[in-house]
Amino acid sequence: MSWQKKILRVNLTEGTCTAEPLNMQWAADYLGQRGLGSKYLVEEVDPQVDPLSPDNKLIFATGPLTGTPASTGARYSVITKGALTGAIACSNSGGYFGAELKFAGWDMIIFEGKAPKPVYLYIHDDNAELIAADEIWGKSVWDADKILHAKHQDPQLKISAIGRSGEEGVMFACIVNDLHRAAGRSGVGTVMGSKNLKAVAVRGTKGVSVKDPVRFMQTVAEKKQILAGNPVTGQGLPTYGTQVLMNVVNEVGALPTNNAKAVQFDGASNISGEAMHEPRGSENKANLVTNQACFGCTIACGRIARVDKEHYTVKNRPEYWGASGGLEYENAWSLGADCGVDDLDALTFANFIANEQGFDPITFGATLAAAMELYEMGVITDEDTGGVKLNFGSAEALTTMAEQVGKGEGFGKILGLGSKRLCEKYGHPDLSMSVKGQEFPAYDPRGIQGMGLTYATSNRGACHLRSYTVASEILGIPEKTDPLVTEGKAGLVKAFQDATAAVDSSGLCVFTTFAWTLEDFYPQIDAACDGEWTLERLAQTGERIWNMERQFNLAAGFTAKDDTLPKRLLTEPAASGPAKGKVSGLGKMLPEYYELRGWTPEGVPTPDTLQNLGLS
Amino acid sequence: MQRSLYISPDKCTGCLQCEMACSYENEGNFNPAKSRIKVFSFHSEGRFVPYTCTQCDEAWCKSACPTEAITLDATTGAKIVNDGLCVGCKVCTIACPFGTINYNATSGKVMKCDLCGGDPACAKACPTQAITYIDAEGTGYDKMRAWAQRTDTQSAAQA
Amino acid sequence: MRYVVIGAGPAGVTAAETLRAQDPQGEVILIGGEPEPAYSRMAIPYFLSNKIEEQGTYLRHDTEHLDKLGIKQMRHRVTGLDATAKKLSLEGADPISFDRLLLATGSNPLKPPIEGLDQPGVHHCWTLEDARNIVKYAEPGSRVVLLGAGFIGCIIMEALVERGVKLTVVEMGDRMVPRMMDQASGNLIKQWCIDKGVTVHTSTRILGIEANKSGNARFLLKCDPIDSIEADLVVAAAGVKPATGFLEQSGLKIAQGVVVNEYLESSVSGIYAAGDVCEGIDWGTGELAVHAIQPVAAETGRIAALNMVGKVTPYPGSMAMNVLDTLGLISVSYGQWMGVDGGDEAHLINESAYRYIKLQFEEDRLIGAITLGMTEHVGVLRGLIQSGIRLGKWKDMLMQDPTCIMEAYLGATHLNS
Repeated sequence: MSWQKKILRVNLTEGTCTAEPLNMQWAADYLGQRGLGSKYLVEEVDPQVDPLSPDNKLIFATGPLTGTPASTGARYSVITKGALTGAIACSNSGGYFGAELKFAGWDMIIFEGKAPKPVYLYIHDDNAELIAADEIWGKSVWDADKILHAKHQDPQLKISAIGRSGEEGVMFACIVNDLHRAAGRSGVGTVMGSKNLKAVAVRGTKGVSVKDPVRFMQTVAEKKQILAGNPVTGQGLPTYGTQVLMNVVNEVGALPTNNAKAVQFDGASNISGEAMHEPRGSENKANLVTNQACFGCTIACGRIARVDKEHYTVKNRPEYWGASGGLEYENAWSLGADCGVDDLDALTFANFIANEQGFDPITFGATLAAAMELYEMGVITDEDTGGVKLNFGSAEALTTMAEQVGKGEGFGKILGLGSKRLCEKYGHPDLSMSVKGQEFPAYDPRGIQGMGLTYATSNRGACHLRSYTVASEILGIPEKTDPLVTEGKAGLVKAFQDATAAVDSSGLCVFTTFAWTLEDFYPQIDAACDGEWTLERLAQTGERIWNMERQFNLAAGFTAKDDTLPKRLLTEPAASGPAKGKVSGLGKMLPEYYELRGWTPEGVPTPDTLQNLGLS
Repeated sequence: MQRSLYISPDKCTGCLQCEMACSYENEGNFNPAKSRIKVFSFHSEGRFVPYTCTQCDEAWCKSACPTEAITLDATTGAKIVNDGLCVGCKVCTIACPFGTINYNATSGKVMKCDLCGGDPACAKACPTQAITYIDAEGTGYDKMRAWAQRTDTQSAAQA
Repeated sequence: MRYVVIGAGPAGVTAAETLRAQDPQGEVILIGGEPEPAYSRMAIPYFLSNKIEEQGTYLRHDTEHLDKLGIKQMRHRVTGLDATAKKLSLEGADPISFDRLLLATGSNPLKPPIEGLDQPGVHHCWTLEDARNIVKYAEPGSRVVLLGAGFIGCIIMEALVERGVKLTVVEMGDRMVPRMMDQASGNLIKQWCIDKGVTVHTSTRILGIEANKSGNARFLLKCDPIDSIEADLVVAAAGVKPATGFLEQSGLKIAQGVVVNEYLESSVSGIYAAGDVCEGIDWGTGELAVHAIQPVAAETGRIAALNMVGKVTPYPGSMAMNVLDTLGLISVSYGQWMGVDGGDEAHLINESAYRYIKLQFEEDRLIGAITLGMTEHVGVLRGLIQSGIRLGKWKDMLMQDPTCIMEAYLGATHLNS
């Protein structure tokens, strides 16, 4: 129950779609979504594989609570070996697509091989077929969405697609569903593009059942009350979205600015959640139109925003006048503070383009920031950029480059490499603010020490969503810790990593953890899923998933040397704010972390650890 | 006093908890495709509009039914489909000018909102009070009724 | 006051109920021509395919419903009307007088001029009795020829296929359901039927039906332009016409049906008509038309009754609307689906998925529509057409993607922007 117990295997090379039963032993051990999808990847894909070769696989996986009334039951993840990183990638998305896939009767889709010509997958309940993508290849996500809705004459069709970035090999292309929700990071869209797979369009009318519906309905109703009563999930997130953090993180001196040269941004308040509410521009309307929920979500943190019609980016371009997915905090940071740009409309427009053409705005912004630094150093020249002046603070540079990356054109082709490859290309690898090839997001480890360890050890490359210690270090959830100290952070990071791995495998959203702990998750899972789900089992499942991902990366060639941070964070002290004079204390935290994990000093899980987790 | 579903689109976030609650109540599983209430989204407007039967006085579906399968629940005012009598001819689905009675190919019958016998699951499930179950005389409901009047050419002609 | 209603179908029964509700003292007499309780033709196909019992076709399920309302019921064929004397002559009974009369006699099946149509083994499909006969003779494996692929022909097709007969459909028109479907959708329905194992001949006439000509079949059907077809059973469904035969000498104005004004009153004061037999104003074109469909029957029955009791209630006219389930493929048409000069058309076709939608606009108002394979929210097409609402920018959306009808409707009525 709760699982559909059926997966769809799509062999793109052969053009076949085959239903097979879900491996229920694996479901019992890895729950679903991130854990279960990763288990399939680990079992089926050689860790050494070239991410863009047909031998890599691309897995769309839902969780057992996806498509149920458990709050935030919208999620699906895309699991593959990441194009950007070469590490195991798992990018999580909301919207409506994941639930629709579940309603069609599928837990998971495994894509293998490479289609000889561009195709898309159309699923209507049990029927799945690959269809030539002639009319949508070369089109944006938004256009493809329109065309497929009209073609299949079904307004309820849910579509997940790559844009031109993914077709053109931009290394941080994402997979966008429902127009503006994305499996965003690590280049999962690049892998999809390499397989000549343009889109997945799904319509499901079969529904989802759970083990004990009466208990489930009672439990999820109680848990929704907790979310509603919590100041973060009940008020902060619906009102300001994740953008509630912009001013807060700037205050604590942990807002990486100008490619992390600084930790505070003068223009932060102009691009904050509060600013999105302020009437402005030619129509005196706020940037924010409304908040939006993903499927089943009772928090509704999503931002729906618009660009002012008279703004230079959209003047005489009515196709961009409507409302669409607005700025989340990470994007406002990457497109804004990290590039030194404080023009809210320019940021919103760049974010639209990221959704329209399907690329990760975090990596894009951080890559542009690195390019801006290299430009100001004179390493990148006007000749390289086609005359675009890549100065920090230039909104025009931001929006021009967003459009070029979107289409994989001009200097956008170079930016499309991501910061690691770009900085290597120009001879300054240290200027890439990345770990394992992936750019870190909006929290500076000099001001929030736990995030340094989070980035360094994240299995998919630098990421805030693998262990969001910001919750504890800044917001005091579940209890307040000092962001400037390293003591206790190894334990905090491990606990957050394991819990998050479990949450990411359930079908629910990690944002619920502002209000919920695993104590709140397991009763919902237990009422829905076969077997008995206890707190201990759930926590151990998370730890098992973490170690399994680690094993894949080690087999792929990563070592403890890769569990590090950009030199800047380790050697250049924060210049202002509460963390002034501080660098990241990663060196103090990492050995303790390995030990707590039951790993050798070389970062390798010991045989005992593996055996305890059932991984040997 | 009879009560009605009162919908405030401006409060809707598009979470579809109502659709899951409705399908669970009526079909026993979570299946928005079989929900009697639907949330329509207006992407470029940033709006969501939950929509279901207003239990209109004119009861177009009921009068069009050739087998008396749609009856009035005197307590709630709901127009109710009796599955045992519905033959699945779909005449009501084209007669209802609101599009709120639909054919369910799985069951071979039509389905519409029956107010859950006076305790609508959608209203209970809505986290933002975009859907409430209130006295029929409540203010905003008149707006939906006004639209019903406009569509009801007969009563329009009388007015 | 004595009200007499002739015809015990949806129009007649609805009218009798309304008369009773509006005038509790008046005498209400309902005269039916068939020996059954009031039943619904829309339900006959489901009876044919064994999905329901005969009782399932009844218009009202309480067998004493009309008695309880004090509606007197008579089972007679009406043979004539003396409009001046306000008297009806009945077969096998004394004439009956009335103060107000409602003609709700419905339609009779059309008999195309085909030689040999009137012989045993050739059945119309119109009454419950016809249905019983078809059930009796359509044996599994037998060769059945359905004459006419109109609305009635299509709705009984599924029942015949389910009975396991070898079905051949012969239609004079160049497509299936030519009166409610355009070329594209009619052709798709034809292809669908062929995929389901039915043999379909469009643009084909049957010239004659000869019995016992061939050694191994009961009938031989001579056709043009195709070869003759063998059949064990012939079902004729060539359309219907208003049942006005008994009114020939009455002096009432009759065109195709009984011509009525906006109060559903005929050319003779005190005599009204409703349902299939009446020819009233078409809501869209403003011209006279017969709309032999269930919703119109119920609506005109009710409005006519209101006018009969003196509650002056104009009827704004009826709109053509049909829903058809052809072997599981659901099609709908509304209003002026053929469009008007100077109007705009939006359509989408996906032949492999058997999906089609076409919308017709006059300026920014919807005036007609056809859908194929769509079951969600189709009724709103009626709302949009009948309310004549100006769609403004939502029309542009529909021109791009006509499937977004609910969004257009809600956008135009519920979003203030």
